[in-house]
Amino acid sequence: MYSTKYIKPNSTSEALEAIKSMGEGKFLAGGMTLIPTLKQRLASPDGLVDISGCDLDSISDEGDTIKIGAMTKHASVAESGLVNKAIPALAKLADGIGDRQVRNRGTLGGSVANNDPSACYPSAVLALKAIVHTNTRSIEADEFFTGMFETALEENEIIEAISFSKPSKANYVKFPNPASRYAMVGVFVAQFNDGVRVAVTGAGEGGVFRHAEMEAALSSNYNADALSSLEISSEGLISDLHASPEYRANLIKEMTKRAVV
Amino acid sequence: MGEISLKLNGKLETKDVADNTLLIDFIREHVGLTGTHVGCDTSQCGACVIHLDGVSVKACTMLAKQAEGSEIVTIEGLADGDELHPMQQAFHENHGLQCGFCTPGMVMSAVEMVTKNKNISEDEIRKGLEGNICRCTGYHNIVQSVKAGAAKMGG
Repeated sequence: MYSTKYIKPNSTSEALEAIKSMGEGKFLAGGMTLIPTLKQRLASPDGLVDISGCDLDSISDEGDTIKIGAMTKHASVAESGLVNKAIPALAKLADGIGDRQVRNRGTLGGSVANNDPSACYPSAVLALKAIVHTNTRSIEADEFFTGMFETALEENEIIEAISFSKPSKANYVKFPNPASRYAMVGVFVAQFNDGVRVAVTGAGEGGVFRHAEMEAALSSNYNADALSSLEISSEGLISDLHASPEYRANLIKEMTKRAVV
Repeated sequence: MGEISLKLNGKLETKDVADNTLLIDFIREHVGLTGTHVGCDTSQCGACVIHLDGVSVKACTMLAKQAEGSEIVTIEGLADGDELHPMQQAFHENHGLQCGFCTPGMVMSAVEMVTKNKNISEDEIRKGLEGNICRCTGYHNIVQSVKAGAAKMGG
């Protein structure tokens, strides 16, 4: 790891001041992606601003939504009584991320800000009509993810919390890479009064995306059979050593079918 | 550089470290406790698992500075003098290791999961060990050891 500076402020306003005082600074959340990246010398920030002391770790029931602080760890979401009662699919998703030690350190905000194309959380944000609250504004999920590892976040903007809408029904099913447990394809399906939302992670070259055809089919009939006649296009899907675009297209359909059972 | 203080196996350790020092290097190089191992150094293998304020974490994927003020327990902190921790004893009795390199991490993961879930099932043990890789045993005896350790720990 290159030499760097470490600062741990006690509030988001202090964190913003700290990062502005650095040439090129990085916010450090749980560090489950950033620390390995630094160790491989793929990044060389002048400083790291650890936001774990900024009081962003909480889960609350806000009526139609569940609001989760950005620094809430995956293990806390997985074990939360509130989340398990209101949106069990979200707790299930959190419980399947990485391994136990990753879940003990990794955070919701860190995962969503990084927008790894194979991360699980972005699919929940998109399917559950989430609102991403930052230090300056609130961003709708449909506007938030702008491409692989890209989001609508501006420089020096911190995610403070994310509000997830409570669905009438939801499920998350992923086909995990057997070594890393990252989603080779993960599908989050959520049913609301005004229709069904289907978000796919692990598959798109542009990162997480909604699948309009499957949403239309499931909105008229929330049943795996409604998907049988659909042809899932492999255009724009990731090709790597783990799977071809065609294989991923098949997984999208299969995971979605399993999710609506 | 800067000073950090934390409790390691019950003893207060205060050292000057560079900001980019990893927690595993602090434990092994600065304090000299080499029971915690580095297998892969890429967050995969779990040989470096320790307890940070009661939860298991991989010490290769944290900065020492992030652990400022915390309480850390490593494999050296489990036994009571010459008396092994029940989980260590269970690994010994059930041949839960061959070369032993992964064992410190296995035992630390096992102790945490059993502490949180006294009546842990075999499926839960296998899921709980997903972050620990062993290249010798094929896991069977490790899982048996964790089961036996759970019983000894009052499960």
